[in-house]
Amino acid sequence: MNTADQYLKAIYLVQEMDDGPASTGAVADALDVSPASANEMIGKLEGRGLAEHEKYKGVSLTDDGILRARDAIQNYCIIERFLANVLEVEEFRAEARSLEAVIDDTVAERLDTIIDRSSECPDCFDAKTDACRYLEVEQENPAD
Amino acid sequence: MSVGQQVTSDHQLARLLQIGVVLEEVVEARSTHHYRELDGDFDDEIEALLEHAAEESAEHRERLEDIIEELDAESVSYEEIEALVEAQYGQTKPEDFDGLLYDQLCNEETAYKFYDDLIGAVEGSDSRFSVDRDRLLATLREIREEEAEGVEEVTDIMERRV
Repeated sequence: MNTADQYLKAIYLVQEMDDGPASTGAVADALDVSPASANEMIGKLEGRGLAEHEKYKGVSLTDDGILRARDAIQNYCIIERFLANVLEVEEFRAEARSLEAVIDDTVAERLDTIIDRSSECPDCFDAKTDACRYLEVEQENPAD
Repeated sequence: MSVGQQVTSDHQLARLLQIGVVLEEVVEARSTHHYRELDGDFDDEIEALLEHAAEESAEHRERLEDIIEELDAESVSYEEIEALVEAQYGQTKPEDFDGLLYDQLCNEETAYKFYDDLIGAVEGSDSRFSVDRDRLLATLREIREEEAEGVEEVTDIMERRV
């Protein structure tokens, strides 16, 4: 996943939690980068027609931006599920965050072939818990 | 979340190599699965391709496992991945040789892309790893080269059969 996709994913999830445009500060916090870096990338996304930034309100994704953000979330969900279910990593959230930048779409797709992922993905992704809802259920009820 | 495409620690490197092992295991398990499905339906060229792909993946896996062990991490068992692959594909047969070759091509291309990205991420990192960086990169480059040859081989067969 490249840097632009990481931003699109972060903006989408902040928008979902705030139910409105995402503030630059919230996006910067989500990505652990400076507000200046976030501002610069948001400008680039706007230039590519993926986001719209309104002063004092925040950034919203365009339809194209939403499509790419949802693909990025799906890849992230695959990485989380792979870490949790196949490699049995307890800290799967933190590890998925550190790995997403170096896992390409094609690799995520291939890992997906051995994961029993929900067809509603990425809508199963919960921004508040930063994890797939089904993954949470499986973790709480290992017998499932 | 750190934004950047670098490998920054032994732990992250070991995790990425584990993913490499799993990708190889998926190739090996699927090639073996297809090879078994071909039983009685002889096509020497494709049988040889699948047999070679399975052997090569096993060899790549062993080379990655050696490095993972040096990083004081554990590898992923082939049996576990084979069971997951069988769970997904056990009931399905490739529709025809084209489908089978296309699957093989996707496997090889994905592995190539993975090693290419991983090499870039290691090269772009200033971190010190407990394995020798030159040996690590040499191993990854050799495996990447073999994956590239695999892509070429499958493509040649596909083009000849058009």
